[in-house]
Amino acid sequence: MSFVQTLISGEQKLFKPDSLTQMQKITLRFVVIGLIYYGFAVIEGMLMRVYQVEPIAAIPSYQYFAILTAHPLVGIFGSTYSIVFGAFLFLVPFLMKKPIWSIKMANWTCIFIGVGTFVFWSAGFISHYSPLYTLYWPLPADFSQFSAVGGAFFITGIALVMVGTVLFVINIFKTITYTPEGWEKQPSGKLIKSALGIDGFTNMFAKKQKEHLVSLPVAAIARGTVDVALNAGIILFTGVLILVYMVGAILGFDLKETAVDALLYKNWFWWGLDLIADGLVLIFVAGTWYLLATLITGKQLFMQNIARAALLVELVVSWTVWSHHLLSDQAQPAILKIVSGELVTAFELITQGLAFFITLATLWSARPLKMTNPLKFLLGGLLGFALAVPAGIMQADIGLNRILHNTQWIIGPHVHVAILVGLTMTLYSAIYLLFPILTNGAKLYSQKLSNIHFWAHLIGGIGMGAFMGMAGLKGMLRRTIYFDGEFNLYMILAALCGSLLLISFLVFFYNIVMSVGLNGVLGIFTGAKVKNKDLVPAEN
Amino acid sequence: MVDSSVVLAGQTLAYTFYCSVIILLMIWFGVKVTSEGKSTKVSPRVFYSFVVFLAVIGVSLHMVTFNTIPWVSIDVNMKKIVADRTFEITVEDHEFKLPSEKLKCQINEVVKFSVTSNDLTYGFGLFREDNSMVMQMQVVPGHKNDLLWKFSKPGVYTIRSTEYSGPKGAAMIVKDAVEVVETL
Repeated sequence: MSFVQTLISGEQKLFKPDSLTQMQKITLRFVVIGLIYYGFAVIEGMLMRVYQVEPIAAIPSYQYFAILTAHPLVGIFGSTYSIVFGAFLFLVPFLMKKPIWSIKMANWTCIFIGVGTFVFWSAGFISHYSPLYTLYWPLPADFSQFSAVGGAFFITGIALVMVGTVLFVINIFKTITYTPEGWEKQPSGKLIKSALGIDGFTNMFAKKQKEHLVSLPVAAIARGTVDVALNAGIILFTGVLILVYMVGAILGFDLKETAVDALLYKNWFWWGLDLIADGLVLIFVAGTWYLLATLITGKQLFMQNIARAALLVELVVSWTVWSHHLLSDQAQPAILKIVSGELVTAFELITQGLAFFITLATLWSARPLKMTNPLKFLLGGLLGFALAVPAGIMQADIGLNRILHNTQWIIGPHVHVAILVGLTMTLYSAIYLLFPILTNGAKLYSQKLSNIHFWAHLIGGIGMGAFMGMAGLKGMLRRTIYFDGEFNLYMILAALCGSLLLISFLVFFYNIVMSVGLNGVLGIFTGAKVKNKDLVPAEN
Repeated sequence: MVDSSVVLAGQTLAYTFYCSVIILLMIWFGVKVTSEGKSTKVSPRVFYSFVVFLAVIGVSLHMVTFNTIPWVSIDVNMKKIVADRTFEITVEDHEFKLPSEKLKCQINEVVKFSVTSNDLTYGFGLFREDNSMVMQMQVVPGHKNDLLWKFSKPGVYTIRSTEYSGPKGAAMIVKDAVEVVETL
């Protein structure tokens, strides 16, 4: 086939969008939207990397901070939420061997997240609303710096994403517990107990082991989804609070900013944000590792009951660790700093360490394995968290936090290595694994390009985090601009690694487009021919 | 009191060593798991030993830093310590308002930086001439933001806001604002 033919129709014309079921189409839409927003985040990240070397004259500082505000939100909500929600809405029914509860709701989830992300991104781009994702009170309501109208659009976009999130939560739990038409009545109470890990916990102490009604990956998804729901509640509530101030300002009323206690608000908001950072990310990732390890090896998971119980512990831990973000807040009670900020946070070393060990032990039990794309990206994801979690535990220490807080150390070796190497490589592993299932056997265009994708992403991600970390240890702050090239050596090296990440994404995107063809990409967004709830076509 | 740069050097060493070990371990695992060989089950004993190892590491990190980093006990027992010198600083409209043009103190005395914000959440950090950080804290409006510190050597330090407070916050720098001398 010629280059143009492949570009239009995909590798060997194997991908036929007409053959896709409704669920396959929805899942692929989530993935495409997620990858497009990942592209947004990578380009924004690259702009900021260049800016840290030399402020770009065409981008004024207020625009830079608008990019800094949008970047993590586009990355987490627009990209990660889209890919994760799409994958889980497919995998939960796939693993439970029953249809999804509502296809319509899954579609609306995709629309709300896609549109919501575009609304807050464009509101930030146009109005330069830039209180950062932390929204430290009263900054989001400081209308001497930001436009109330722009801010109202921004918050509305975030709220739309949260509405989509709530629909996802409902769909996941209903799919686990409901009884499909014509089926024998499902024990919804027992299914919920199993999904939340209560059975796994009691099995550790019981003589007679209870059978698990849901598989371990579904249990992990269910537990992570609890944190997703709580987080959506916190963000929606906070969004409404900020909107009240914005509407007041638009109508000419100056509501007193001091009505809200800044420290109480910070506690409240970090409690909610940590449900993403320390809750659903770690739980979803652990669950995805378990699923990938069992699918790659075809073996049972090592120490399954412990893994189930650890997920339950991680859920409780994620509700009680928020204070590690307030170790530099002098008014925060010392007891909260020590217990929540240091000791409970240290549990994450244990729970994530267990997930790391269990996954490696499961892979080991099936050696020799072939170094496929899913395996190599899974190993990359494991390495990412093995590097990033200890970096986080170090900064969650009262002594070290005094000299690390808000430096590039936090955002480099901890956040970016966790998200770019740990989380994203885990997601890439899942995408490579699910690709033939979701496309009814389409063939990857080039294995060589996949190898470039892997190495460029791994070296770029770890390298960028490392150089940011070195700058952080030398005192370089995050959330500010250096105008005199104070940290240029590290920032140039970090920018070079960042460009590897950009190249890796472009290579991957090109490889996928060439695999399914432009017609295939467009075909994903047209209506499905078969209007049933099957996950894959019956003949497959 | 030990200078914070010494603590940072120790951390750099420890983390670099850990990263090298874990990267080598993953390379070894990747090679071995794909090489010819018998599939073997990992003993639960190894697993439980690993759990104990993680618990020991997690807890001992904080015990070690509590006993070796001097400002931790000062921080935790702040209410019981009487400062030798106090600097009252106000922040408003993205500007630090200092009690005098230069804040002078001497080494080994307990200095209290008491910073009040009248509007937004800011940060308060001291930086050396090479831009490395001595220490920092958050400055939250409506609350007391006090930080006790003992300088171990003479020097001149710059104050900089370490928290984002809007685009204007990047310019919140007071150069050479704190001077530490042997004796006043």
